[in-house]
Amino acid sequence: MKTIVIGVIGADVHAVGNKIIEYTLSKSGYNVINIGVLSSQEDFINAAIETNADMIMVSSLYGHGEIDCRGMRDKCIESGIENILLYVGGNIVVGKQDFTEVKQRFIEMGFNRVYPPGTSIDEALTDFKTDLGE
Amino acid sequence: MANYLLIDFGSTFTKLCAVNSEKCEILGTASDFTTVETDITEGYQKALSKLFEKIGNKIKFEQVIACSSAAGGLKMAAIGLVKELTVEAAKRVCLGAGAKVDLVFSHHLNQSEIQQIITGKIDIVLLAGGSDGGNSEAVIYNAEILGKSGIKIPVVFAGNKSAQDQITEIFNKYNMNGHICDNVMPTINVLNITSAREKIREIFLKQIIEAKGIKKIENDINRVILPTPLAVLDAAKLLSEGYLEEEGLGEIVVVDIGGATTDLYSICSSSKRSDVIIQGLEEPFAKRTVEGDLGMRYSAPGIVKSLSEREINFINKEKGVDIVSEVNRRYSNVKLLPENNHDEFVEQFLAEMCAYRAMHRHCGRINEVLTPMGKVFNQVGKDLSDVSYVIGTGGVVIKSKKQYDILKQTTNILHNPSELRPNDPEFLVDHEYIMAAMGLLSKIDPMVALKIMKKHISHIRGRQDETSK
Repeated sequence: MKTIVIGVIGADVHAVGNKIIEYTLSKSGYNVINIGVLSSQEDFINAAIETNADMIMVSSLYGHGEIDCRGMRDKCIESGIENILLYVGGNIVVGKQDFTEVKQRFIEMGFNRVYPPGTSIDEALTDFKTDLGE
Repeated sequence: MANYLLIDFGSTFTKLCAVNSEKCEILGTASDFTTVETDITEGYQKALSKLFEKIGNKIKFEQVIACSSAAGGLKMAAIGLVKELTVEAAKRVCLGAGAKVDLVFSHHLNQSEIQQIITGKIDIVLLAGGSDGGNSEAVIYNAEILGKSGIKIPVVFAGNKSAQDQITEIFNKYNMNGHICDNVMPTINVLNITSAREKIREIFLKQIIEAKGIKKIENDINRVILPTPLAVLDAAKLLSEGYLEEEGLGEIVVVDIGGATTDLYSICSSSKRSDVIIQGLEEPFAKRTVEGDLGMRYSAPGIVKSLSEREINFINKEKGVDIVSEVNRRYSNVKLLPENNHDEFVEQFLAEMCAYRAMHRHCGRINEVLTPMGKVFNQVGKDLSDVSYVIGTGGVVIKSKKQYDILKQTTNILHNPSELRPNDPEFLVDHEYIMAAMGLLSKIDPMVALKIMKKHISHIRGRQDETSK
């Protein structure tokens, strides 16, 4: 069973989407480690190390995702989980920015997949299967 | 008539407490120096004759049981994977089992850390790491390197259950004194103390007591059943929760200021508020922390170590004492007893510092986080705001003429809004130093232990206006 760490990053307390993601992923046969809201980069990384996770999936709904996610890949490398898959989704930036640019910025930050607002978790499931080699 | 003799073999003193279970009465208490270096029975016999003298005649005891923190107490090394998770969980299990955690290691062990375990005279190693089904590579590596080093002390494995079989193989391969129990952190942020704590207690009884020279006394007493701090923790839990129809005191904090350490016990839930978001590893309902650098004798220098030169000068001027030489005097003569007002003043001051600092490290923190959705509260650790009682124990508290001033230090005297210290507790003192004894008695007759504690742990001396509220 593949293990996925999920949670909401930064000073963000949006708990509903987080629960929906947990429900959908668990139902799809993943071992879901939900660290909940108000989580720091370190919280995600620590949980991933202890659980030997295959993927970290970061949610950010309040527009400050770019600041909160900066340097996360570097910390993964420092922590010895350099190959872990990093996904991010939600309302990750402020305002109506061109999503292709936003996506490019997050990919440069080391994220493997970046999802625009309004993406259903089901859509991301196909990507998981590909990336996790299932 | 059922008479019990309860003994606490402490690092400095052997303390005896005789109780009668039918009358729920303390028959007498006595103490003498612990003589573990020569023959532990010497100090015990001296204390026993003092006790008989006090009671007036030699009485027979149905059962004689003891707890011990002699010869350095139970010294453990806690090993985990990530500092905030399994390392912290392992540490809490050791403390909850009544141990002193001398060494704490994370991730892969290296040779210098192995050497520290050997030279540090560690009694038991607790090896954790990985949630169930999670990382098993690190614990297997660590078990292997411990095995190769040839250490013979007990190693308790309480990590990822998926690694259990391989760990057992390693234990067998190197002929190690290995023990397997449940994971201390089965899933992220969930703490599982029970299994590992029981295992540690079992090993303490079977193996450690003998090594500490306490076995010699076995003919005189029935058994040694607990490390002393665990006895105090059990007593605090009983006093808080009650037993059957006998009500307890509710949520409490116990502060025990000793010569070598200051121990804090809190028996309460971590939060009662619905408007906070709690983060981090789950907190145990009955939590113990130990400050090895805060104590009245062996650890007195630790009290001033963290002060800046400016603060030391301020204290010296303000209080009219040379604080550095005072702590050194206590460190070099651990048997020192206060002889005059000046000594008492210094003792009082040091005890207040110990209480303040120990609570500073024990209590939880709360922070306001401003989010686009408004203000939210983020809590780490335990919220002690609503505990009903703060109970003081340990020689310096019991003897102090200003007990209120020491215990008050556990509350938020500096009005720091982020520290979740007790708000407005009542203060009680364990005047006869019976908590460890009652923890022992709770193993035979919890009802009697509870009734005796409720009778004898009572209001403080000094500041009666404050105590009679």
